[in-house]
Amino acid sequence: MNPIIKVENLSKQYRIGARQARYATLRESIVGTVRAPFKRLSRNGKSSDNTSRALKDVSFDVMPGETVGIVGSNGAGKSTLLKIMSRITDPTTGGIDLYGRVGSLLEVGTGFHPELTGRENIYLSGAILGMRKSEIDRKFDEIVAFAEVEEFIDTPMKHYSSGMYIRLAFAVAAHLESEILVIDEVLSVGDVRFQKRCLGKMSDVARNGRTVLFVSHNMGAVRALCSKGIYIKQGQLVCRSDIETIISTYLSEDKSSSSIIEWNDRDAPRSPEFCFRRAYILNDAGKCVESLDIRKEFSIVVEYEVSRPIKGLRIGFAMQTLEGISICGSNDPEGWPQFDRGPGTFTSRCTFPGYTLNTGTYLVNFTADEPPYHVPLIRTPFCLHFNVEDTIGHGPMKERLPGVLRPNLTWAVANIDTNKPSGRNLSNNVAQKSS
Amino acid sequence: MVQVHSERSGTLKAVAPDVSNEVLAPSHMANVLPEYPLIKIRPGRKWVALNLRDLWAYRELLYFLTWRDIKVRYKQTVLGAAWAIIQPLFMMLIFTLFFGRLAGLDSRVGGIPYPIFAYAGLLPWTFFSNAITNSSNSLVGSSNLITKVYFPRMIIPAAAVGAGVVDFAIAFAVLIGLMIYYGMPIMGSIVMLPPLVLLTTLLAMGIGMWLSALNVKYRDIRYALPFMIQFWMFATPIIYPSSLVPAKWQWALALNPLTGIIEGYRAALFGLEFNWAALSISAAITLAILVYSAYSFRRMEKSFADLV
Repeated sequence: MNPIIKVENLSKQYRIGARQARYATLRESIVGTVRAPFKRLSRNGKSSDNTSRALKDVSFDVMPGETVGIVGSNGAGKSTLLKIMSRITDPTTGGIDLYGRVGSLLEVGTGFHPELTGRENIYLSGAILGMRKSEIDRKFDEIVAFAEVEEFIDTPMKHYSSGMYIRLAFAVAAHLESEILVIDEVLSVGDVRFQKRCLGKMSDVARNGRTVLFVSHNMGAVRALCSKGIYIKQGQLVCRSDIETIISTYLSEDKSSSSIIEWNDRDAPRSPEFCFRRAYILNDAGKCVESLDIRKEFSIVVEYEVSRPIKGLRIGFAMQTLEGISICGSNDPEGWPQFDRGPGTFTSRCTFPGYTLNTGTYLVNFTADEPPYHVPLIRTPFCLHFNVEDTIGHGPMKERLPGVLRPNLTWAVANIDTNKPSGRNLSNNVAQKSS
Repeated sequence: MVQVHSERSGTLKAVAPDVSNEVLAPSHMANVLPEYPLIKIRPGRKWVALNLRDLWAYRELLYFLTWRDIKVRYKQTVLGAAWAIIQPLFMMLIFTLFFGRLAGLDSRVGGIPYPIFAYAGLLPWTFFSNAITNSSNSLVGSSNLITKVYFPRMIIPAAAVGAGVVDFAIAFAVLIGLMIYYGMPIMGSIVMLPPLVLLTTLLAMGIGMWLSALNVKYRDIRYALPFMIQFWMFATPIIYPSSLVPAKWQWALALNPLTGIIEGYRAALFGLEFNWAALSISAAITLAILVYSAYSFRRMEKSFADLV
């Protein structure tokens, strides 16, 4: 069978200079043109300095009917790949051959206008996404039903709640009839119940034999939806395989510069007798990583130098979410007898059990203090960060559970109705409860 | 740049449903792939084909975007569509006062009441100037679309021009009313109006398209445009007859594509003699501008998503 998508030696280069000066003005352009030859002289031919390559020589094929998850850390080039595939931006070299129509969902609500009613926006947004009027006519009722906005269909959308807005937006996009569907991170919106329905709809799409390319940071959703995967790292294709292999490779290999902090002599947080050196996250295999498996234990490690003995030295950390919600903190004397530390280089390591933190990105800072522990000797900013990835999801729809914590809890369900003591009735009751 | 494969379009239609033929169930076509890629994505070249096929495939989007602009334009305004009349009407009153009365142009417009003379010129001019203003800002205003979804970008400035046609129609009704009030007969030459409106629309599209693309890269356009429009208005025989211009400058006036068009409107409305030479020049220049803008738009188009 022939591939439906053929990507060959695809590269995309951005000029960093052009990126910074986003709004060029005529004057700058003229001045730039005049200066350009001189610039080239003074740079001595080091012209590659001011370009960054978002994609480097990426090649792969996708067979019809495959559902492919594209994974990689932020800035790896996933979105650039999808943008080139949906013809929003041009490649620098290489190309893609598509043997089918492409429907792309890079954002929900593309083209919605707040002043127009829901009905009008369905037609507008549908047309923008590439649907014909006849196609929208045919699917109109289905779209409205899926979005659950029947009563508000003739109300201007500016009066919609954000939930209704997103539901309608997704409903329009989900009813696109293209052979290839390209989806970027759209499932991360809306409430849990609606996310579940979206994921269900996406699975239907995939089961219908359509080809799906899916980008998400929700590993649970990727795993639930996709059979194949592509792992992109710093613009390059690392591997293409079945989704299980891809996810585990991604989680174990993905290591960007921020997963380890190394301070040099100049910028190290220090006091005269104390100095932080390094901080990093170790996974259960003792490897320094940025992304962690939700099920596995991990450690926060900090390395420091003490130049003269400090009595009762205490090292601690605090952890918070990206939104700044404080999660926990701890100090090391609990695992370290009270005696003088130093001189020398030490590490303090704090180990978390598996099933502790929920999916997300967490930030860590470090402190060092001495008795009577009123004021810290040194406190670093929140410098170290790491991600926890949900590799299993929850329930049949693999949704993300709410909250910051993700304990592995035990449930017991018992029938306490004495009239029906038999085991068969019990399981019936359980089924009724969950529906 | 993107090209829809065109050499074998006949075969393509038969094998794979393109935009015009999609009643087939998706599961159907997963097994039957076209022999040639439906879409080839390649790095942009300097000069690219206009790709009118693609434009035609998206004609419904042009309709929906135009319709949106019309629908949204006067939302949350007290006077609503009356604004379409107020603008040329007030300009007419002002010019009638200053040019008609004070500067004494009254007697030099060939026996036509000056208010009607001015309004007949201001009507297409208002349409034209609004159209190029709106379309030149249209791409920058639609950045959320440009960075998120593909469609032929030309549709955006074209829709902005198209939305002005409705305003034009409303303001035109006032002109008919004025003519009846002044007891002027409606001539048979009025059949020339639709081609003239089309010519004005094409000219506005050509200029609007080109400016909108430039505006993505150079935001100077937004500031230069009002000034340019004002200058253009006085360089066009809108509030004065072209006969007022000395003979040795007539050639310069004729090079302005709007001259022939505006004079044409008056000829059609008041049953005057058409200046076919001027009209031909206007049509030729309009066509040249349209073709040039379309090609240069296509050339700049590929960088829109990165710049806007």
